[in-house]
Amino acid sequence: MKGKPLVSIISAGLSKFGKLEGLYGREIFAEAAKEAFDRCPNLDPNKDIQALFVGHMGESYEHQGHTGATLADWAGLLHIPATRTEAACASSGVALRAGIFAVLSGLYDVVMVGGVEKMTNRTTPEVTEFLAMASDFPFEQWHGITFPGLYALMATAHMHEYGTTEEQLAMVAVKNHHNGYLNPKAHMQKEVTLEKALSSRMIAWPLKLYDCSPITDGASCLIITKPELAKKYTDTPVHIIGSGQASDSIGIYERESFTSLIAAKIAAKQAYEMAGVTPKDIDVAEVHDCFTIAEIIAYEDLGFCKTGEGGRLIESGETTLEGNLPVNTSGGLKAKGHPVGATGTAQAYEIYLQLTGQADKRQVKDARIGLAHNIGGSGATATVHIFRRE
Amino acid sequence: MSEEAPFTIEQFYKYVEQGKFMGGRCKKCGTIYLPPRSLCTKCFSKDFEWVEISPKGKLLTYTIIHVAPVQFQSMAPYAVGIVQLENGLKIPGMIRDVEHEKIEIGMELQVGFEKPSVTASQWPQWPRYYFKPV
Repeated sequence: MKGKPLVSIISAGLSKFGKLEGLYGREIFAEAAKEAFDRCPNLDPNKDIQALFVGHMGESYEHQGHTGATLADWAGLLHIPATRTEAACASSGVALRAGIFAVLSGLYDVVMVGGVEKMTNRTTPEVTEFLAMASDFPFEQWHGITFPGLYALMATAHMHEYGTTEEQLAMVAVKNHHNGYLNPKAHMQKEVTLEKALSSRMIAWPLKLYDCSPITDGASCLIITKPELAKKYTDTPVHIIGSGQASDSIGIYERESFTSLIAAKIAAKQAYEMAGVTPKDIDVAEVHDCFTIAEIIAYEDLGFCKTGEGGRLIESGETTLEGNLPVNTSGGLKAKGHPVGATGTAQAYEIYLQLTGQADKRQVKDARIGLAHNIGGSGATATVHIFRRE
Repeated sequence: MSEEAPFTIEQFYKYVEQGKFMGGRCKKCGTIYLPPRSLCTKCFSKDFEWVEISPKGKLLTYTIIHVAPVQFQSMAPYAVGIVQLENGLKIPGMIRDVEHEKIEIGMELQVGFEKPSVTASQWPQWPRYYFKPV
């Protein structure tokens, strides 16, 4: 059973990521859905798509809850069942899992999964407060710990334990900004120098502005089906061959380690085993770099390097577009942007492009197997998916 | 101290208001919870007793928050960290009464108690504990 496709992606869509002034979340999702529909002329959205699962983190941004039905309506998919999933920044990684289960159950043939977040209509202190809601309230938020603060606690511990440096953190930003520069849908389409990243203003020491993903609006979606039906819709489906998800304590203070996310390790192990592949088989990966330290920890949790060697891996250049294992070719959360509810399926969108040879200037040559690693909050939820081209 | 007080986060902060740092111990398996829980996640017992937690420990990791949420903006930049107490349990909190440059991993800290807030008008009205050098 190892490596057998669970479901197949027949199309995918992504809105422009950025400060989408005047656009409401539902309008941004419609943009992503339209791209997915256009990409798949053999699909009749209204007739074929039977269910929708969408990730959306917060009602606070737009004063709007009940996102499932709202997005089904604005994507032109009424009256299919529409369900919102919430797991902080892993909301759409979890939506993808829900969609996989829905297809595997046999109840539906074609399902849309996706996610959305509208964030830039709020001030930075407001967004800081809304994002912090994905952390523990009575012991973290109540004591003034922000989201950058939680990852800063991990960064300080990683630097202390393994000698990881602020320069190595900044190198993640430099790499991902370079990739974002090549991605016309990225929020930040500009290069950044190491010096500029290192001298940017402090957010939560040791994390500076360029160690943090920006506040971004955006939406993403995938259309998935049973593997045996995929060819009816496209000649170039991408198969999902591994899917893992795990949980951890909401408060990072209750965890054994501050330098690793156990949920990510467990989810990765599940996905690798299901797919019958090892870290060495991965040709391209999108990892959850909400902060630069998170990409370094992801390298270790996913087995791309040994524990404690994430800093040295970024320094080696192996994860750049020219390296042996390009990571975050889209620009990652860091440069493409991190509209939290949209991120999980936006990562899968990039892997879909890479495995179907549609990633233009950032195309990884002969990419066959891809991986997406999506983290909720400070690691209380993690999903890992492994993809293989036809 | 009432043995009957519920083993809740609310009650933990009521003790903080009295200048006490209290955890819940499972009477069946002995696991101590800080913050207290009403269900032992090791043995699933609901039989607990309150125990006083030594308010001293060592700093495991920390950060200095410069960009703060709305209600903490007037305090920024401020230090927060995770402290491992003498009984091994870990708890986060602000680090005060020390220059930020002098904070280092491994330093010894002890719990301090804020004066109960008289300004909080809405939920929650919990007082805060914090950490300071020994």
